Amino acid sequence: MTGPLAITITINGEPATRAVEPRLSLADFLRAEGFTGTHVGCEHGVCGACTIRVDGRTARGCLTLAVQCDGLEVETIEGATGNGCVADLQDAFIENNALQCGFCTPGMLLTADELLQENVSPTRTEIREHLSGNYCRCTGYQAIVDAVEQVARQRAERT
Amino acid sequence: MNEHLKPSVLDRPNSYVGKTVPRPNARRLVQGCGTYVDDICLPRMVHLAFHRSAFAHAKVVSIDTDEARAVPGVVGVFTMNDIRDVITPWTGVLDHLKGIKSAEQWPLANGKVFWQGEPVAAVAAVSRAVAEDAAEQIFVEYEELTPVTDMETALAPDTPVIHPELGDNLCFHRVIDSGDVDAAFADAAAVVEDTFHFNRHTGVPMEPRSIICDYSRAEGELTLYMSVQCPHMSKNLFAKHLGLDENKVRVICRDVGGSFGIKIHTYSDEMAAGAIAVILGRPVKFIADRLESFVTDVHARDHVVKARAAFNSGGELLAIDMDDVTGIGPYSVYPRTSGIELNQVVNLTGGPYKHASYRADGKVVFQNKNVMCQYRGVGHPIAVAVGEHLMDLGARKLGLDPVDVRHNSFIPDDAYPYTSPSGAIYERQSHRQCLDKLVGIMDYAGLRDAQAQMRDRNIYRGIGFASLIEVTNPSPAFYGVGGARIASQDGCTIRLDPTGGITATTGVTEQGQGTETIIAQIAATAVGVPLDQVRVLTGDTEIVPYGGGTWASRGAGIGGEAALQAGKALKENIIALAAAILQAKPDRLDVRDGSIVDIATGQERMPLSELGGIAYFRGDTLPKDVQPELVATRHYTQRQFPFVFTNAAHACHVEVDVETGIVNLLNYWVVEDCGRVINPKLVAEQTRGGVVQGLGPALYEECLYSSEGQLLNGSLADYLVPMAAEMPDIVVDHIETPTGTSELGAKGVGEAGTAGAPAAVMNAINDALDPFGVTLTHMPFTPDKILKGLGRA
Repeated sequence: MTGPLAITITINGEPATRAVEPRLSLADFLRAEGFTGTHVGCEHGVCGACTIRVDGRTARGCLTLAVQCDGLEVETIEGATGNGCVADLQDAFIENNALQCGFCTPGMLLTADELLQENVSPTRTEIREHLSGNYCRCTGYQAIVDAVEQVARQRAERT
Repeated sequence: MNEHLKPSVLDRPNSYVGKTVPRPNARRLVQGCGTYVDDICLPRMVHLAFHRSAFAHAKVVSIDTDEARAVPGVVGVFTMNDIRDVITPWTGVLDHLKGIKSAEQWPLANGKVFWQGEPVAAVAAVSRAVAEDAAEQIFVEYEELTPVTDMETALAPDTPVIHPELGDNLCFHRVIDSGDVDAAFADAAAVVEDTFHFNRHTGVPMEPRSIICDYSRAEGELTLYMSVQCPHMSKNLFAKHLGLDENKVRVICRDVGGSFGIKIHTYSDEMAAGAIAVILGRPVKFIADRLESFVTDVHARDHVVKARAAFNSGGELLAIDMDDVTGIGPYSVYPRTSGIELNQVVNLTGGPYKHASYRADGKVVFQNKNVMCQYRGVGHPIAVAVGEHLMDLGARKLGLDPVDVRHNSFIPDDAYPYTSPSGAIYERQSHRQCLDKLVGIMDYAGLRDAQAQMRDRNIYRGIGFASLIEVTNPSPAFYGVGGARIASQDGCTIRLDPTGGITATTGVTEQGQGTETIIAQIAATAVGVPLDQVRVLTGDTEIVPYGGGTWASRGAGIGGEAALQAGKALKENIIALAAAILQAKPDRLDVRDGSIVDIATGQERMPLSELGGIAYFRGDTLPKDVQPELVATRHYTQRQFPFVFTNAAHACHVEVDVETGIVNLLNYWVVEDCGRVINPKLVAEQTRGGVVQGLGPALYEECLYSSEGQLLNGSLADYLVPMAAEMPDIVVDHIETPTGTSELGAKGVGEAGTAGAPAAVMNAINDALDPFGVTLTHMPFTPDKILKGLGRA
């Protein structure tokens, strides 16, 4: 086993230089740094609960190694909350009760935000397709689709 | 029905009951600021990983832990012999399930292993990664034994007995024989029958099972941070089996990432964590990974049912006769037992109907697979699917519409309260009203027309119905009478704070369904304060009143009633104090929107903040005989009936692609009756989520085992759960028939969606395939099975 490697990752705008084991996943790294909004649901890249953004693109925190992100910018739900970029989605999720236990929600929000950046007026079918890499066991998804659809409309009206 | 909707304490000027309000705890969750167990990090904490059995049935000849102990960072390695002095085994039986038996279960393998995934040895280390490294260095010599995997031959004379001390592989046997079944079948105009296979599946909460056990040697205290539905039950069980003073065990349950019945059971690995914490005297964390979850979280269902039904020529159900066998793994799960699911199946099949004759023979058998126990819906999905499929078969045989056969067979509205042939007592159900409303909102006639036209174009659409009953608001008859220390009562304490706001603590728990919200709505209404002035605390046994927690759809009906009564009592105390301060008669005062008001004019006499200030800080200004008592606790036990039943009508609309075997879910409708609706949005969302958890196992979810007892698909890549793209929008509507058992009138709603969906989608698929003369009853209805049924695979 290779020993720890020194890396610098910018987490939510703040650089962190750490010595990490090469096998450490980005999700476990972020959680150990206190960013516990990144949830670990399956550790094999299926459920989407650990979804974060790496250099602006969503990625699976459990399938990404921390050492792969040396020199990169990582954004978690804490960062996205802090800079307000998903505030409208968060409000809509609350209004529509698009979360129950909340475990999938941070990943769901970042995935939904990515969709709305790529497609300003997605159909319900497109929303459902795009969110299919993020599992929710509580809601049955309809309220999530409602919330994303509502925010798409709101964002379209604002622009 | 309307006489039941008489004005109540809830019809107040500032009532929040019956209104959709957002959940106050949702904000922290959307910000990723919840506190799930794995988010908690305690000083000196160690992490557990387990060596788990690779075999379904084997003798443990030897365990070599030397190399594991030598791994840097390992704090301890534990086999059963290392923890035997601090923990006792358990047996999952209840006195009221006559004849149920099970073997003693230990936290770690005690000489033998009985299922693949059973914990054999544990490693405590400075990190989970190190613990896993070391667990791989544990070498166990096994001597393989013949695994018993097929539940249908588990009782055969040549099948090995899994626990020789029990004599056979039968856990529980229940027989019901009511009315005159033979005569009913002899006289019937139509007799239908079928055999059903209900697949093993599991709950897959997104947050896996999680626990931190923090034992203080100095105080002899154990603090458990758990992801659990029933904190007081866990407190009792850990104290009992670790030999601790129950008063010194505290369970703290913050955010729970889904549960659905998975997190109400005793798990070997969690009990082992408790024992290891006691031995080490430092906090021990165990977080199941997803692979461990699949082989250890309780599985659900696994039934084979043979059933037949008799109808008269008018399409009235006369009798049901059924045999059920269900495989539960090697142990009846402690403390709720694995007999309850079968009990529910035989109690509830045909529940909406008036047939007088009913026979059921149910057997619960042991096997060398993971354990099976209560999961959302507990027996209902089987009971509803069997009963509702028989109704459709009867309709088909008699040439009648499935809606008409149900209407002809429902228990008459004027027959309530009604005792079913299985002995279940229904206070009042609204089957007819629900089905009528359902048929209206779905445009049934239009769908039938479209279906006929599409068939001409080789497009095969189907409509499936399910009428159902659901057990909610259980009395002590569920567990307490059987000797389990699982409370059926629950309590609520409400305190007026000096600010004029209130703080409510309740024994019912929150896993996302909205418990804290509805308790806040009820408390705000009963006391008379704005909703944003209510704080609700749950899930800490040192803070909340003793209660059962959340299971069997009891949160709103039991916890809600306790909150209502506590709120009323507090309001009385507030008014008594206000009357003394204002020198007014108490019956002239009311509390509304955070103020003492004149009851007739609504004019403010004093804000609650002022009253609170006087009570807490200026008692010197009060008359000498007045002692403010601004806190009230009330408990509630439902004891009028064993259970309070809800009911619902579901309809599912599918299109089956007969070339690929793929089922496309087009529409889904539910009309449910959970009594008084406290928050319509939350009721609808519980229903939708429940429906999807019923559709999943009917179409995709299955724990696949080899004949050697090896789980073949223990990952989320191989075990399919519903995704957003496959699920339909679900229309939910309500009928309200409040229960007369409580002043609140609320029944439960958490499980009815899951109860009805497998039946509705099965009936829809069979309706779609009717032109081919194909009837499918083997869940899940995968493309493969559908093509085989069509003779095209």
